Amino acid sequence: MLFLAQRISALIMAPLALVHLVLIVYAVQGGLDAQEILSRTRGSIAWATLYGLFVIAVSVHAAIGLRTIGQEWLKLQGTLLNVLTWGSGLGLLLLGFRAVYAVVAG
Amino acid sequence: MISQPLRNNAGQFKVSVWRGDGTGGRHVDYDVPGLESQTVLDVVTWIQRHSDPSLSYRFACRVGMCGSCAMMVNGVPRWTCRTHVRNVIKGNVLILEPLRNLPIIKDLACDMSAFFEKWDDAMGRFHPTATRSDDVESIRPGSIGRREADAGIECINCAVCYSACDVVAYKQDYVGPAALNRAWTLVNDVRDAARGARLRVVASDAGCHSCHSHQSCTTWCPNKLNPTASIAGLKRQSALAILTGKISLNDE
Repeated sequence: MLFLAQRISALIMAPLALVHLVLIVYAVQGGLDAQEILSRTRGSIAWATLYGLFVIAVSVHAAIGLRTIGQEWLKLQGTLLNVLTWGSGLGLLLLGFRAVYAVVAG
Repeated sequence: MISQPLRNNAGQFKVSVWRGDGTGGRHVDYDVPGLESQTVLDVVTWIQRHSDPSLSYRFACRVGMCGSCAMMVNGVPRWTCRTHVRNVIKGNVLILEPLRNLPIIKDLACDMSAFFEKWDDAMGRFHPTATRSDDVESIRPGSIGRREADAGIECINCAVCYSACDVVAYKQDYVGPAALNRAWTLVNDVRDAARGARLRVVASDAGCHSCHSHQSCTTWCPNKLNPTASIAGLKRQSALAILTGKISLNDE
């Protein structure tokens, strides 16, 4: 079922990545500084949901992709392979949510 | 007949042939006379008949139908009976090796067992819905399913795609492009009774979802088939069947 999780996470990630890119261009073009951006994102449930979902999708997608690379290129199996999958997935989740927290609640 | 020199008008060229068995080997060089309309299979046959009768290789039909004579030609898997030397020779040298991704029996002959067993693993056999006493089923040639099946049906099982596939090289149990292409033709055959079971089998870890769509199979298929498209079709259909509850990967 990992292939389904990877495809569904890609489906979620693709539009969110586009939103993120458009947002960066908009913020830079509009001349917003860090304080102005943070004043818009802090306390916003919408931004927290958008980037929270993005972080979850990235963590699932990247962990499964790295698992395949570990399996095929590094010939990892069993526990080592599971450590790579869960380690990379949880690591990305942790780093991602730390960033989301800083932007919407910090 | 094919090794008889027609006209030695193109000088000689060097052929480096891998000689050995499953335990190891090395390249041995031969000088071969260039002939008009010479195929790579002609070259191998010339070496066996004129230079070294102990050279082992496999062929049968010589006209691109049986899929027996495939080997690596200058690093690329090709059917040798339909490959002209002038189209593939580089720097007046031809390097011939046994097909990649298959165990070597001797010299240029590979053990094809794993290739055909995987064809079977992907449920490459037809499971009829009708008996011999039933009428012949009428199939519309223009129907979507028939068109999809027809697009992949001309596979000659030469194992060129299997040899070209990097995922087969990475992952030993991956069934490979030919087996999945065959499964796709049967998934689209309305007369077949095992659609669900086949989709479940090809959705397993050794099946279609392991394909990275590198498209080497499509690039090198001598019959210009598109196994990558067949595999993409299996990916779509199997995912859809799982999401709609028509198949479960946990079924026995």
